[in-house]
Amino acid sequence: MIDHLPVLLVVVPIVGAAVPLVASLYTDRAGWPIAAVTMLGHAALAGLLVREVWTGGVVSYAVGGFALPYGIELAVDGLSVAVVALVSAVSLGVLAYARRAGPHENTFYSQFLLLVTGLTGMTVTGDVFNLYVFLEITGLAAYGLVASGREASAAVAALKYLILGTVGASLYLLGVGYALAATGTLNMADMSAKLAAYGYDSTLVLTAFGLMVGGLAVKVALFPLHTWQPDAYANSPDSVSAFISALVSTVSAYALARLLFSVFTVEFLTAVPAARWALLAVASVSIVAGSALAVSQSSVQRMLAYSSVSQFGLVIAGFAVGTPIAVVGATVHLVGHAVMKGGLFAASGIIERETGATTIGGYAGMGTRTPLAAGAFTVLALGMVGVPPAIGFVGKWYILVGAVEAELWPVVAVLLLSTLLTLAYFARLGERLYFAEPTIREEGAVADGGAESAPDSQPDRGVSTGMLAVVVVAAVLAVALTAAVPALEQLLTETLPPLLQ
Amino acid sequence: MTADPLQLDLLTSRYNYYAVVLLLGIGLYTLIESPNLVKKVIGMNIFQTGIFLFFVTLAYRTGGNPPVVTDGGGPYVSPLPHVLILTAIVVGVALTAVALALIVRIYSEYGTLDEETLEELYYD
Repeated sequence: MIDHLPVLLVVVPIVGAAVPLVASLYTDRAGWPIAAVTMLGHAALAGLLVREVWTGGVVSYAVGGFALPYGIELAVDGLSVAVVALVSAVSLGVLAYARRAGPHENTFYSQFLLLVTGLTGMTVTGDVFNLYVFLEITGLAAYGLVASGREASAAVAALKYLILGTVGASLYLLGVGYALAATGTLNMADMSAKLAAYGYDSTLVLTAFGLMVGGLAVKVALFPLHTWQPDAYANSPDSVSAFISALVSTVSAYALARLLFSVFTVEFLTAVPAARWALLAVASVSIVAGSALAVSQSSVQRMLAYSSVSQFGLVIAGFAVGTPIAVVGATVHLVGHAVMKGGLFAASGIIERETGATTIGGYAGMGTRTPLAAGAFTVLALGMVGVPPAIGFVGKWYILVGAVEAELWPVVAVLLLSTLLTLAYFARLGERLYFAEPTIREEGAVADGGAESAPDSQPDRGVSTGMLAVVVVAAVLAVALTAAVPALEQLLTETLPPLLQ
Repeated sequence: MTADPLQLDLLTSRYNYYAVVLLLGIGLYTLIESPNLVKKVIGMNIFQTGIFLFFVTLAYRTGGNPPVVTDGGGPYVSPLPHVLILTAIVVGVALTAVALALIVRIYSEYGTLDEETLEELYYD
């Protein structure tokens, strides 16, 4: 079974996704336990895979036993295994949160497991077309999850997401076509060698690069391709916005990195400076515009969504700088951002359930009314700004050092500016939480006592211990993950040789 | 442009690629410009069809045989892009289905398919 680890990681959730639909014939509430069992299995497999990569280096798996450059390859190295572990951990956390927060339908958990399938598949695949298929599985499941919100506005947001997401994925597919025309192969490692032989400065290769990166940039939600994101995050149920904000863009950014380093390689970026500059420019604009838009929001969830636009600009900038330390920094920030942003959305969901506050004005004085959730929110927000013990600091610092080493001074300036802007929008919120007079009156005694007094309110608004635990664990992880950075760094430097030339 | 026979040949022999570009253009234009949600989805389909045609035309070779190996040699049409496009068509059908389902939900809730009217209702 150990030999089949990479493919089992994809097979387990996709089989699990079919089970809740069958179970619907007998009961309406079977979805959660099935998803929980499946995800525990997924986590166990992910753990084994981490151990395998840690001790044995890169794992390559030929699907169906077909000879490698022709068959589909699943390739797991240090970068992918870190993202697989992240997907597994965040999914378990979201499940614990969704136990009470809902949605409770069986179909929801089917889509949840499909999304995990897509994300895991995107991470482990070593084939550019396979990546497209998993990108679309991820997309389809995500559109459905966004639409699972109770209000009709969720459907509008989901349709907007669907149309933009499809255009992005289609552009990626067109890019795959160009790359296929240039090399005649779809395997990433094989394509990488053949692209080098074909010549990096040919129009065909440049177009392929532009289309593939452009398509993925829609999925990552870089400015100005981010317009689907705020609606999708703000209109979907809390569990979904925590899940999607933590993972979907993250795995797309991972796919972009995979494309940059495993297919086009650092030499391509060196040979075609325009490509690197274009990436850096888009990332920098994203960083500044995302922060500026976040500062101007009044809804907390929309603010968090625009903050993602800026943070992913940071990650892509790290990858585009391309020095080993910047790439490690971008990966650290990718993982750290997923934990922090997922936690922030979950915490904002709890605060909304307990107090009804959704806007920055409404957060005034809520720090004492929901001490645990607001405390976790504050820790996570500080981590996002980059206050030292938190993981947000390490990622930003590494990217900054990388940019200084590469003497990309404009990027250094943008990075520093972005930290200030991040502080601007989170500090404003922190100030409201703890130092302002409440603007929202308590709605009866129900909202007062926090977790314990909730049960007799309608089920929709209750907050369970599990939900609070998830948020607190996210806050603790945001700080504790800093200790894991050296391990991640070692994992990356051992299994990503192309980076270290 | 000079009447270089090579360039003229390039212009006249690549009509399949013009069809691809035309389809992509029509699709994107409909997607962006049409206020009707159903037409937007149709535009999305046309855009994807352009990509399918691109892959299929990529595989074609003049005088190529179907990729069934018998005794003879000769050029074969590459089967790989066809297989890829079968997958992509399935994905496209699924996307269309999800999009139409969402549109049904939107219509039953807001009573309109017009994007501008919808936006007014949506941001109230």
